[in-house]
Amino acid sequence: MAAPLLEVRDLVVEFPGRRGTLRALDKVSFDIAPGEVLGMVGESGAGKSMTGAAIIGLLEPPGRIAGGSITLAGQRIDNLSPREIRRIRGKRIGAIFQDPLTTLNPLYTVGDQLTETMRTHLDIDAAEARRRAVGWLEAVGIPAAAERIGAYPHQFSGGMRQRVVIALALCAEPELVVADEPTTALDVSVQAQVIALLRRLTREKGTSVMLITHDMGVIAETADRVAVMYAGRIAEIGPVKSVVKAAAHPYSAGLMASIPPLSHRVDQLPQIDGAMPRLTAIPRGCAYNPRCPHVFDRCREERPELLPAVETRAACWLFDSHAPRERAHA
Amino acid sequence: MPEAAIFEARDLSRHFDVSKPALQRLLAREPRRTLRAVDGVSFAIPRGTTFSLVGESGCGKSTVARLAVGLYAPSGGQAIFEGQELAEARKSVAQRRRMQMIFQDPYASLNPRWRVSDIVGEPIRAFGIAEGGAALREKVGALLRQVGLSPADGNRFPHEFSGGQRQRISIARALSSNPEFLVCDEPTSALDVSVQAQILNLMKGLQRELGLTYLFISHNLAVVRQVSDRVGVMYLGRIVESAPAETLFTAPRHPYTRALMEAIPDLEMAGRERQPVGGEVPSPISPPSGCTFNPRCPLANDRCRAERPALVAARGTPETLVACHAVEEGRDGFEARAAA
Amino acid sequence: MNAIARAWDSDIAYAFRHSPTAVISAIVALVCIVGAVAAPVLAPYNPFDLASLDLMDAFNPPAFLDEGTLAHPFGTDDQGRDVLSAIMYGARMSLFVGVSATAFALLLGVLLGLMAGYAGGTVDAVLMRIADVQLTFPNILIALLVDGVARAALPRDLHDQIAVYVVIFAIGISDWPRFARTVRGSAMVERNKEYVLAARVIGIGPARIMLTHVLPNVLGPLLVLATLNLGLAIISEATLSFLGVGLPQTQPSLGTLIRIGNDFLFSGEWWITVFPGVALIAMVLSVNLLGDWLRDALNPRLR
Repeated sequence: MAAPLLEVRDLVVEFPGRRGTLRALDKVSFDIAPGEVLGMVGESGAGKSMTGAAIIGLLEPPGRIAGGSITLAGQRIDNLSPREIRRIRGKRIGAIFQDPLTTLNPLYTVGDQLTETMRTHLDIDAAEARRRAVGWLEAVGIPAAAERIGAYPHQFSGGMRQRVVIALALCAEPELVVADEPTTALDVSVQAQVIALLRRLTREKGTSVMLITHDMGVIAETADRVAVMYAGRIAEIGPVKSVVKAAAHPYSAGLMASIPPLSHRVDQLPQIDGAMPRLTAIPRGCAYNPRCPHVFDRCREERPELLPAVETRAACWLFDSHAPRERAHA
Repeated sequence: MPEAAIFEARDLSRHFDVSKPALQRLLAREPRRTLRAVDGVSFAIPRGTTFSLVGESGCGKSTVARLAVGLYAPSGGQAIFEGQELAEARKSVAQRRRMQMIFQDPYASLNPRWRVSDIVGEPIRAFGIAEGGAALREKVGALLRQVGLSPADGNRFPHEFSGGQRQRISIARALSSNPEFLVCDEPTSALDVSVQAQILNLMKGLQRELGLTYLFISHNLAVVRQVSDRVGVMYLGRIVESAPAETLFTAPRHPYTRALMEAIPDLEMAGRERQPVGGEVPSPISPPSGCTFNPRCPLANDRCRAERPALVAARGTPETLVACHAVEEGRDGFEARAAA
Repeated sequence: MNAIARAWDSDIAYAFRHSPTAVISAIVALVCIVGAVAAPVLAPYNPFDLASLDLMDAFNPPAFLDEGTLAHPFGTDDQGRDVLSAIMYGARMSLFVGVSATAFALLLGVLLGLMAGYAGGTVDAVLMRIADVQLTFPNILIALLVDGVARAALPRDLHDQIAVYVVIFAIGISDWPRFARTVRGSAMVERNKEYVLAARVIGIGPARIMLTHVLPNVLGPLLVLATLNLGLAIISEATLSFLGVGLPQTQPSLGTLIRIGNDFLFSGEWWITVFPGVALIAMVLSVNLLGDWLRDALNPRLR
């Protein structure tokens, strides 16, 4: 495998508060290869958006990176000054958020925003930037792009705005795009269009994507690999087909099973009882142990690292090759 | 109909005046503007069954939900509860008690300043169902147990619970007046998927146990497939297709229904290339003429652009009601697909 | 005990302990309020007991000046009245008027605001236009108008007797739109929340929904507004009294004291007017700072 584009190692994000420090991310490690789409799934509060925010340097204060490292193409980016990270964001890392209106400035035309972004990060003149801006709007499927370039964000529909945001995220030709719930605010029929577009464009440009969403269907269709997060940790990471069809970690298996199928009706949906613990009350050992059907003593004491499972890597003691065999049959 | 409907919508409409304030409108010489949120919707829900309405945002499904419990008065047509006009039925305490609603947002649906026991007990007190403090406490405790919480949870405040637990509290509140007809407006769409399964299972269990009738509103087709007996697909304020759940999912007829199913990313389809439907839902303030789906429809012709199709039994699947000229004329290729 | 410990541990108490402004303001406000409320008990003299006044004591300077005595720490006025005692009694009157006027404005504003917010439509439009019109006039102008009308309409004896209530009404009536607008805004938001819909589904009436569901959820902003308004009401009263249209000399407030003392400012007896002024500033400023802090502390977005 080629050298990874993004390397996240033992990333810890903490929120200091009066009742002690909350650990929102606890030793999160993963890689993204050049051109790869990595999906990040998990329930709300699991830390998937937090991971994205840490990478693009947009953690909400008082949150801070308290340990580990983030490396983009060999360069550490977790300890940069706000100025330096601003230059990387936009140029080398593009960002797409759930609500396009948070990314687009309502006071400028979409053309101005595109040319401004390109001229800040690329060495091109105004005419060239203009030409490329029209090209980008065409590429993201805005009809009559040459005319619409002078339009303001509010003159576009929700789906069209998200297309503009995609153009804006990609126009400076970044190596990585962090897309946080890019289709959640859109209607189902528009979601499909936007996902298809994002996938096509990043594939053409060879851009890596970190796709954060709670929608497993979107991940299944779009991602190459997927990381499942739980209570601020990665529970399992592996090729998307393996995680969807043969998840090793009991949590990801339960999560996949609880998704209602479209193809048939089941009398009783498989469910995971209980709820994900709050950050203030994460249990000792494996964070999933109180809900896990396969729990044994070690899970309550020792936190498992990511271990090689069948087709993926899972943070679960069931896959500890040094443990007694009879435990690992499940 | 084999069994009497507990709820029926007859050509039900609800329009909203979305004009600017009178003075501004006068100054700008703009006409009044009307949003037809629900535009002539008809369906009936037999007792003990689940009727679902699906559609994208702005299709009017939530407005139908509110019409069905009397939160809105219809602008046209009728809402019938147990054979009686809904507004009339709601004047009687005994009838009002029999309908309840479950909401989407577990954070907005519980008053943050009230204890859980007061929230669940509100309908009991309002309808005078349990006399005396001890009886009330006992009933609230039993309800909390019924939805999988503990009676001791009654002393706590909503913010101490997770989203799924709050939705259980909402369900307990809805059950507290011993209702028969429950309107559920996107009850699981704000929940995480593993919790969604818990709530769907709970609702299905309660339906079996108590013989409840559900009007279920959702944008999620997979969820709808799990819970429904019959499904209505809404687009811009109208039902474009209505069919028994199994028929709808195995043989969708309306081009919009088919586009919607095609658009859903599915776990089974990992890695497939899809042909998503183009365009977006137009503004309901100025809907297209004729069939409102015509600008996005691959089968649209001049008739579709001029004439509004009626909801009629579909050729080939007679239990399906569909509002589509192409289906009616047999140009939707259904016979060819069925033969293949 | 447990309740006290819990209150001490609450987020708001924690934020309070860690805000020097809040703590100092609270102490100053507490001193002002206790001094004012308990004036009959704490004040060294009764400034209204004419028998105890001695003109020989008139124009005594404050204790820290050469000719001052510790018997009158802030000196005495032209009647030989102890300035400190007069301030304490005056502050008591100011506080009474301020609290009453705020309570009046609050009640009226909450009632009309709830009606406007929940009913919407014409009721809302009419009430809010009235509030808009009233907000275009300075409060003091409205208070002057009310006071003037009362003076003209009522016999002099009767007016002096009920002057306090006229002033309370005059200030309260000019402050209600502030409360009404806040309550209306919150009521409009809460009205569409699903818990209110749930109550409507079971047939709970609008008045009951307003009182049991909406009102408890707007108490936070109301508390902040009432605190800030208290300071403003005290100032309004002082202004009216200073202009001579507020409280009669028989029931002096801080404003009255400042006006009386003003006559002696240029003849060198500055303390008669300056100390009541300082007391007024201390009271209003501490209450306002407390209100500002409360607003920030109750706003989750600023935390």
